[in-house]
Amino acid sequence: MPEQNRYELNKNLAQMLKGGVIMDVTTPEQAKIAEAAGAAAVMALERIPADIRAAGGVSRMSDPKMIKGIQDAVSIPVMAKCRIGHFAEAQILQAIEIDYIDESEVLSPADDVFHINKREFNVPFVCGAKDLGEALRRIEEGASMIRTKGEPGTGDIVQAVRHMRLMNQEIARISSLREDELFNRAKELQVSYDLVRYVHDHKKLPVVNFAAGGVATPADAALMMQLGAEGVFVGSGIFKSGNPAKRAAAIVQAVTNYTDAKLIAKLSEDLGEAMVGINEQEIALLMAERGK
Amino acid sequence: MPNAKLQIGVLAVQGAFIEHERILESLGAEVFEIRQLRDLDRHLDGLVLPGGESTVQGKLLCDLKLFEPLRQKIANGLPVLATCAGAILLAEHIAGESKAHFATLPAVIRRNAYGRQLGSFFTENEVAHIGKVPQTFIRAPFFESVGSDVEVLSRTASSNTDANATSATKQIVAVKYKNQIALSFHPELNSDTSIHQYFLNLAK
Repeated sequence: MPEQNRYELNKNLAQMLKGGVIMDVTTPEQAKIAEAAGAAAVMALERIPADIRAAGGVSRMSDPKMIKGIQDAVSIPVMAKCRIGHFAEAQILQAIEIDYIDESEVLSPADDVFHINKREFNVPFVCGAKDLGEALRRIEEGASMIRTKGEPGTGDIVQAVRHMRLMNQEIARISSLREDELFNRAKELQVSYDLVRYVHDHKKLPVVNFAAGGVATPADAALMMQLGAEGVFVGSGIFKSGNPAKRAAAIVQAVTNYTDAKLIAKLSEDLGEAMVGINEQEIALLMAERGK
Repeated sequence: MPNAKLQIGVLAVQGAFIEHERILESLGAEVFEIRQLRDLDRHLDGLVLPGGESTVQGKLLCDLKLFEPLRQKIANGLPVLATCAGAILLAEHIAGESKAHFATLPAVIRRNAYGRQLGSFFTENEVAHIGKVPQTFIRAPFFESVGSDVEVLSRTASSNTDANATSATKQIVAVKYKNQIALSFHPELNSDTSIHQYFLNLAK
């Protein structure tokens, strides 16, 4: 069992990532480009979501050797994904001392009912959530960071926006409830009263909340930050674009000065080709529907 | 309020800056965020360099043209409280690396000195002039050596059981050099405000 302070320390690491951009990388070279461009952390994976989507089939945890190569290449935190419910993959990632595990709907789920009992682990977990109920259920299971479940590999921001707005609306609603109404809300959300009480009292999640899925431009990043994200994951948006280093650096600056439209206008110039997007209506597989 | 009218700028390009702002405001200081060059137009009594990722902060300082003006202010004696990544920004040398950032603090600092996230730990420990304080170390650095005129404020042994035998020796985790206070740990993550008050006294 983890020592007493471990969960606090894991939430603290997420606090250090705030105002930062976490970038998907598939090689040590890409990791170095991301770090030099100002990534606050990298997500090591064999295939970026756009390619996972294109290839189809079962998608699994990456080769530990490939992840270790990326750990050796950079000094910033390294994250990696395991399948929803696949606690053995998570054990392997913990064994190689990953800094954060993403129990991710981008990979094929290993369990269609149960998520990983993340309280049993010493390493921190980030999980996706479409709404407040999902977020609090993942936190109950031990997640120390939450992100939106925007549709990965599409370059389409619409779902991430939907999730962030819904989360904010639900938090605002809980904050306005009478104390005696919180018990029923906890029942409806299928979470403990203590978590609902926390959201009611603090008007926020008890952990850091990032935007993820579909971020492709500095403007997308600024949009999510203005909607209340505390930082941004960028997956396929960088290394599927024409000039990854320049685009990555521009997104990093847009996250820091997300309300300065003049600066973001300048940052958005000459970025080269953005990743080719797919609209929501054109995709067969909605990954956000994995794991509730 | 004893700290009223003290104007404290908090570097807010990336990391855990809001946590510092809340504590400083609770102590009565007037706090503002530094995200761009124009934020430096106003009067500054003190500067906070928060935790986060030092590589990101170092790059953004340059991209946003904040680096040189801030370096000059620190070198000219502006009181600074630097935590974790902030301490890395101040150090003259980063162990194993050829480049440094502000390089205004004569010390050698080692990045991720306790290892990856599994090496992060919490303890309580004495800090000179202040007393016992909570110390949260997150992928923290420590000082391998400091210049002869740098005052060591605190030494800590890692409580991390995974660490190797050398962790029994206490590492330098807090120092003061003229106007600069640099810490490996994060006082902004706990409710104890004594370190921030010590810094505000320096800024008065």
